[in-house]
Amino acid sequence: MSQYDWPTAAQRRLIGKEISRVDGPAKVSGKAAYTYDMNLPGMLYARVVRCPHAHAKVKSIDTGAAEKIAGFKAAYVIQGPGTEIFWAGDDIVAVAATDEHAAEMAARAVKVQYTILPFLVLDSNPQPPPSLAGYRKPMDPETVGNVTQGFAQSDVVIEGDYGVPVITHCCLESHGSVVAWTQDSLQVHISTQGVSGIAGQLSQALKFPQNKIQVLTQFVGGGYGAKLAADRWGLAAAQLSRRAGGAPVKLMLDRHAEQEVGGCRPSAYAHIKVGAKGDGTLMAWQSQSWSTGGLGGGSEPPLPYLFQIPNQQRQHTQIVNNIGSARSMRGPHHPQACLLTMGALDDLAAKLKMDPVQLLLKNTNLLTARADTYKQELAVADRLMQWSKRWKPRGTMSSGTVRQGLGVSMHAWPGKAHNFQCGLTINPDGSVLIKAGTQDVGTGTRTVIAVIAAETLGLSPGEINVVIGDNTYPTSAASGGSGTAGGAGAAVRRASIDALAQLFQKVAPALNSTPDQLQIGENVVTVRGGTASLTWRQACAKLGTQPLTVRGANPGPGALVDSGACGVQMADVSVDTGTGVVRINKLVAVQDCGLVIDSKTTTSQVYGCLIMGIGYSLYEEKVMDQNLGRMLNPNMEFYRLCGIGDIGELVVHLMSGPGYDERGIIGCGEPAVISPGAAISNAVANAIGVRVSQLPLTPDKVLAALGRIDS
Amino acid sequence: MKQKRSISILGPGKVSVAININGKSCRALIEPCVTLLDAMREFWGLTGAKRVCDRATCGACTVLVNGKREYSCSLLAIDLQDGEVTTIESLGGNGQLDPVQQAFVDNDALQCGFCTAGFVMSCKGFLTEVANPTHEDILKGMSGNLCRCGTYAGIQKAVAQAASTTGSKAQRERGKARVSARAKARLT
Repeated sequence: MSQYDWPTAAQRRLIGKEISRVDGPAKVSGKAAYTYDMNLPGMLYARVVRCPHAHAKVKSIDTGAAEKIAGFKAAYVIQGPGTEIFWAGDDIVAVAATDEHAAEMAARAVKVQYTILPFLVLDSNPQPPPSLAGYRKPMDPETVGNVTQGFAQSDVVIEGDYGVPVITHCCLESHGSVVAWTQDSLQVHISTQGVSGIAGQLSQALKFPQNKIQVLTQFVGGGYGAKLAADRWGLAAAQLSRRAGGAPVKLMLDRHAEQEVGGCRPSAYAHIKVGAKGDGTLMAWQSQSWSTGGLGGGSEPPLPYLFQIPNQQRQHTQIVNNIGSARSMRGPHHPQACLLTMGALDDLAAKLKMDPVQLLLKNTNLLTARADTYKQELAVADRLMQWSKRWKPRGTMSSGTVRQGLGVSMHAWPGKAHNFQCGLTINPDGSVLIKAGTQDVGTGTRTVIAVIAAETLGLSPGEINVVIGDNTYPTSAASGGSGTAGGAGAAVRRASIDALAQLFQKVAPALNSTPDQLQIGENVVTVRGGTASLTWRQACAKLGTQPLTVRGANPGPGALVDSGACGVQMADVSVDTGTGVVRINKLVAVQDCGLVIDSKTTTSQVYGCLIMGIGYSLYEEKVMDQNLGRMLNPNMEFYRLCGIGDIGELVVHLMSGPGYDERGIIGCGEPAVISPGAAISNAVANAIGVRVSQLPLTPDKVLAALGRIDS
Repeated sequence: MKQKRSISILGPGKVSVAININGKSCRALIEPCVTLLDAMREFWGLTGAKRVCDRATCGACTVLVNGKREYSCSLLAIDLQDGEVTTIESLGGNGQLDPVQQAFVDNDALQCGFCTAGFVMSCKGFLTEVANPTHEDILKGMSGNLCRCGTYAGIQKAVAQAASTTGSKAQRERGKARVSARAKARLT
């Protein structure tokens, strides 16, 4: 029985080093083929007619004029007469034509009549007008301990309002697919985070045998949680193909639709009251929170975040509105909960005249897990930010028009490895092939697989041919919850160990030894304590004509993965009190993620989280108009992403080495996106002396908080 | 684009266009409303440039026109018939990456990769504009492209690395571009 573990630090040749991602050259040369790049022979282009109303009933649909447009090939009614439509931009009719221009003309020629119904697209006010009372779904209050007593025992109590609006995923490659559906097969190129899961969804919805469906995704132009389903438009592409005699149909959302319906992170708002003893010991928490995720409402973020305050009373209200349905987005619910909680605790620290880092340290006994790690991380962050030397109480860091401030926050994320299977083949010529029905959404899945196989087999990552993105390969879970690196890593490590054991069986006689006496070195198989050896190629040649194939899986034997990553972040900002503009000077992220496989791509994940975090802290908001019922910024001019000049200095420190490495892999794609909102908001409060209650921290909100303009 | 030239009426209906892309004459029969980006992607198999914002905001469609950075989503193909277009597909070759491409790989200046070709082309153009850029130059000069995965930290380093490895070459290219522009001015 083989032993499944990670090599020790001294044994590691590749794991934990800075390794360039294996698909980097394909991406920098424009050769990486995304779904959007598929250009198949006889391919038709689809366009979708979308509902312009936030809430309506389809009265009638007339595709007659569309069918007369030159180049028209097929139409498919997605939601027919009588259907109630709950958000603007929802799919009504899809049309396919020989080119994009003809498809657009045909879509414009489709006539749809609606009965317009009352709607609500706002969420910032927990009390909608009486006519829309049904949009409010209050949940029962939840109580822990005795909150009245808790506040009575508190020396200091603060109350405040905090919030973060709905934002969109804004994937650069919009959602979409290229589908060819004939009698015998359904071939689907789709921009997805879940290659292995799409066929089942299509099979069920289209009533077509799953064993005839092939799903292909070589590269994905961003997902962040928004690309886990086949979606209504994916089914429509298949239906159009069927109606057009099996021709491939390309249906990609245009930017307007991508922003309006392709992704939505639920909002979260709360009125919060927190009490503490004079020494900072947290005593009581009371929150009235509300949020929206569209038609499904918005569930309660995990409040209070991280700290199990002994006395709590929480009441959450779901706002059900007409903005398009929510999709999970990078660290679902956590950034919202973190902002609400860490903002309130920062205000509490200010009233206590306490350094907020000291307030967090004072209450580490209330953390549910990893208190010691947080303490270490706070110390590292303190050093990297020079916090203790530089921090001053709120509003006193600097004077003048441009004020500087520091803020802190902390977060946790499970990062549990998900289910993963792979096939690993060693060929007699020494080449290695790994197949898995997984996907690389930009996190470095291919690279993680290549590094671990290469480490285990004594090869270099470039020598491992990793093929993924095909549902006919061994099944793997969708990339969500930061589970892919752990799942892939553990499965590939197990497969590599098993493959090596089988190879040793074959080559032992040639080395006059036994399999248990063999060991792998860099491109060489040697006998322990002996001099006999075979090069990797010579060893593989002993396989004869038959390649050696093994299956690796996660979960499986051996402690190769763990869950529960935590992190601390500190922000240094400057706020121009004349213009209200906030600039990031520096962000420090200290992150625990167990065993680091490739420090280059892992660090990139944390950088990416910080940058996405700056985006939602300072710029991003899905702006809805209650008169029109529509999104006002469904583009990339006014839905403002963070730019290259907006990020300041980013410092990433991964907690690794003894005490961390032995936990195995913990996913790191999401945790660091949780804290930036709170850290930056707290830094702004520290700079200007008042809390800007809602993200994004745009100039108008900053100036309103300063009393310079009306809010 | 600012050069004076005679105005001809094209369309309605498809018209024949020929554009010099990466040194080759690319021809197609297209509607006059088709953008350079769509023509490249649909007719000539040049899919490195991407359509993302479709409104000259994000730069994922960046190409060089006469050596200068342009958003190909916002140019009509019919307007490019007297220009030289350079796309990501022209860089590197024979298994070698261009120094700019190599710098992006070395510094992990990419994640999902959808914006990457645009950033690489923007960097190519930028380094012919500013041969030895300061950090501030890079922030300003590369601000015409957007990334959602958050690869800017790597991109800042990649552009600096590319500038240091291609400095003299960039100056040569800038010189060449000027000569070419003057030659064109004389011709028209």
